[in-house]
Amino acid sequence: MRSGIVSYGAYVPKYRILPKEIGRVWGQDGEAMGKALNISAKSVPGLDEDTATISVMAARRALARSGMDPSLIGAIYVGSESHPYAVKPTATIVSEAIRAAPYLTASDLEFACKAGTAGMQACLGLINSPDENIPIQYALAIGADTSQGAPGNALEYSASAGGVAFIIGREKVIASIDLTMSYTTDTPDFWRREGMKYPSHAERFTGKPAYFKHIQNCAGMIMKRMGTEPKDYDHAVFHQPNGKFPIVVAKKLGFTDEQIKDGLICPYIGNTYSGSMMIGLAAILDVASPGDRVLAVSYGSGAGSDGFDITITDEMKTFPKDKAPLVNEMISGGKVIDYAIYMKLREKIKLEGE
Amino acid sequence: MGRLARDVAIIGVGQTKFGEHWDLSFRELGIQAGANAILDAGIDSGKIEGLYIGNMSAGLFMDQEHIASMIAEEVGLTKTNIPATRVEAADASGALALRQAVFDVASGSSDIVVVGGAEKMLDVVSDVASEYMNATGDNTWEGLFGATIPGLYAMMARMHMNRFGTTREQLALVSVKNHKNGSMNPLAHFQNQITVQNVLRAPPVAEPLGQLDCAPVSDGAAALVLCDLRTARDLCPDPIRISGTGQGSDTLSLSNRSDLTTLGASRQAAKAAYEMAGIGPGDIDVAEVHDSFTIGEIIAIEDLGFFPKGKGGLAVEDGSTAMGGQIPINTSGGLKARGHPLGATGIAQINELVLQLRGKAGERQIKGATRGLAHSVGGTGGTALVHILEVV
Amino acid sequence: MSGARYWRHQDQRYNMAGNECGVCGSRFFPGKTMCPNCHRRSVGKMKKFYFNGNGKIITYTIIHEGSLQYRNQVPYLLAIIELEEGDKVLGQIVDCEASDLAMGKKVEMVFRKLGEQGKSGTIQYGYKFILK
Repeated sequence: MRSGIVSYGAYVPKYRILPKEIGRVWGQDGEAMGKALNISAKSVPGLDEDTATISVMAARRALARSGMDPSLIGAIYVGSESHPYAVKPTATIVSEAIRAAPYLTASDLEFACKAGTAGMQACLGLINSPDENIPIQYALAIGADTSQGAPGNALEYSASAGGVAFIIGREKVIASIDLTMSYTTDTPDFWRREGMKYPSHAERFTGKPAYFKHIQNCAGMIMKRMGTEPKDYDHAVFHQPNGKFPIVVAKKLGFTDEQIKDGLICPYIGNTYSGSMMIGLAAILDVASPGDRVLAVSYGSGAGSDGFDITITDEMKTFPKDKAPLVNEMISGGKVIDYAIYMKLREKIKLEGE
Repeated sequence: MGRLARDVAIIGVGQTKFGEHWDLSFRELGIQAGANAILDAGIDSGKIEGLYIGNMSAGLFMDQEHIASMIAEEVGLTKTNIPATRVEAADASGALALRQAVFDVASGSSDIVVVGGAEKMLDVVSDVASEYMNATGDNTWEGLFGATIPGLYAMMARMHMNRFGTTREQLALVSVKNHKNGSMNPLAHFQNQITVQNVLRAPPVAEPLGQLDCAPVSDGAAALVLCDLRTARDLCPDPIRISGTGQGSDTLSLSNRSDLTTLGASRQAAKAAYEMAGIGPGDIDVAEVHDSFTIGEIIAIEDLGFFPKGKGGLAVEDGSTAMGGQIPINTSGGLKARGHPLGATGIAQINELVLQLRGKAGERQIKGATRGLAHSVGGTGGTALVHILEVV
Repeated sequence: MSGARYWRHQDQRYNMAGNECGVCGSRFFPGKTMCPNCHRRSVGKMKKFYFNGNGKIITYTIIHEGSLQYRNQVPYLLAIIELEEGDKVLGQIVDCEASDLAMGKKVEMVFRKLGEQGKSGTIQYGYKFILK
């Protein structure tokens, strides 16, 4: 049996802000902006939530579904562009908070919106090592972010918060990863310099030479190697910087709206960055049946794409999904806030002495 | 067990005005109170054999530890190099200092000692003062999680209201009564009267408690002179005997208490003090209790046995605790109106009782009072003390 | 400031690690060195016990004047919770309105940020609760 996803858990914060409300503050037609981006709301973390807390919640949910002993996890990678510390790992916080510590390796990853899938690949490498001196049975890959767009910037409509954890292993695999390949170039379409609060982006340069080029090349490479065509997949999920790009790239690649609908999450909660493609994949796992085939391709600015060819196994029949909330339950359970509360929750209001 | 080796009496009391003392330092407040007490006792300071100071947190409020030595120096007692001791039990520090001093005199180790209590709180802004007071609760397991002292009392209040039907108005009436009493006390921090509506409309602090349910942040000091009763009879026309002292403890964290509508430390302290004095709650004519929050007074008058558990709110409402009621509570204005300079509070309570028992409480005199009780609580009840005073 | 003071209680704050008396079976959160019921008989017999964090609200308050650590979060909700596996704990209730709170309501544990040692200091994480 192939290695792959043994369990998964997702977490989306409770608060939402609507494009109309953001537009109201900046004198923009927020509703039109939301329509253009295909985003009806974006998730907002609570004041006491960050990438570490989101990662822990997602990881605990994955563990709740698997019922496994957390100490069997031999590696934890947390991919994020909003780690709470510049120096000091998020992964160690997760390792203690899921009681996986101390006999494991842990590290943080950063690759814009694809650090989480890079972690999945690192996990696959470790658990599949034929070297008996690397005795890692299970590994945990997390993609989580509390991403920020500068106030008034277009990114403010999409940059949201959420995270997903995948336990990767060789036994009791619910979704086997039949192939993973990546496509990487040095393309500066989006970045944040050390010490800067908000990221910068190169506007339309983030499209064709960046998002589309990398995803199309990565997906094409995978289908070529597997000898598959778009119609061979029951589901496809691509990175979702907004609700429009993944629809466009799917069309360009030859996928139908039906194939991408279950994994298209950005329209409801915005771009969860490192969690973006992964939460789409989690939503697909929520509904997929044994035998279903999934093509999943992430994209991280900078730039690169990690692609995965996945098959749902018979283990899914008895997998207790109900031991943690489904993605759809989380995206529908939001509480809408206004821009003032949003400012408070995102700590954009400076208190005395700050 | 439960008895002092010899009788101890108070022969002098002194207090600064409680409130805002922008021009006075901790040292100056301490001296003022101490000097007043010594003058009141009419003794030569060379006769003082020991000094006890109740202070909660000079270290936090003014970056100064070792304040017993500081006060001894300031009042000129270092000439005789007498022992000077600082005692701490949160806002029960003053009452605990008194108890230690009582033991000193009762044991025969000293004949005359001065006990003081002082706190200089207003050199820090109010939210910092609140933060320091939060350190009287369990900071590791409650403070870090967002608990504040008003918040902890608020949770007791909600429990009391839920279980016994205590009303928001009854809580407010504690504050109204204490302000009324305070208006007759020239040394009180607040001497204005307030209404139930004022209390109900005050900004919320920790629901259901609002700003006028909480004792203020005050500067102040109080002192008294203790003496063994035999010597006291020679020195003083009207010594007041300390006939009972009791102390109790309980969990530092509120969540670890089995019952949130009572303070086990208060009940224990009261039991011990009543036993030592050989009396019961019905024998008390006047009492000063720890109303750092209005709910605190309601819980206290139940725990001290003045009213059955759950009936404290009604007792306040029907006037039983007012001047002229069944048992007048906090004639000084209590912590709410007299003010609450943490370490000074326990001593100020005793001073009020001494004035009442001497018949020198002026406008607020309870006629014919011969026995008084003082009740002081540290934090949310990790420590409590009860002292019973009697006319000799 | 040293983070050691907070670090040493991480297992308790992160995972609600308490303990259980091997003599009488009472459970404690936070764990106790000695069982207050069994005293010295319990020495060496206290076993680690991880609470699942489920419980119910026994009393609560809405804090308007918060501690300095939480001043950016006021008003916030604080409750004492009776844990279904024994003992009680104080914690914040998050992701709900004050009007949603009531005595007896069931809660479950979540993992949240508690505070930080200033903007350049370490961050403390631990348990809070949400309504079930």
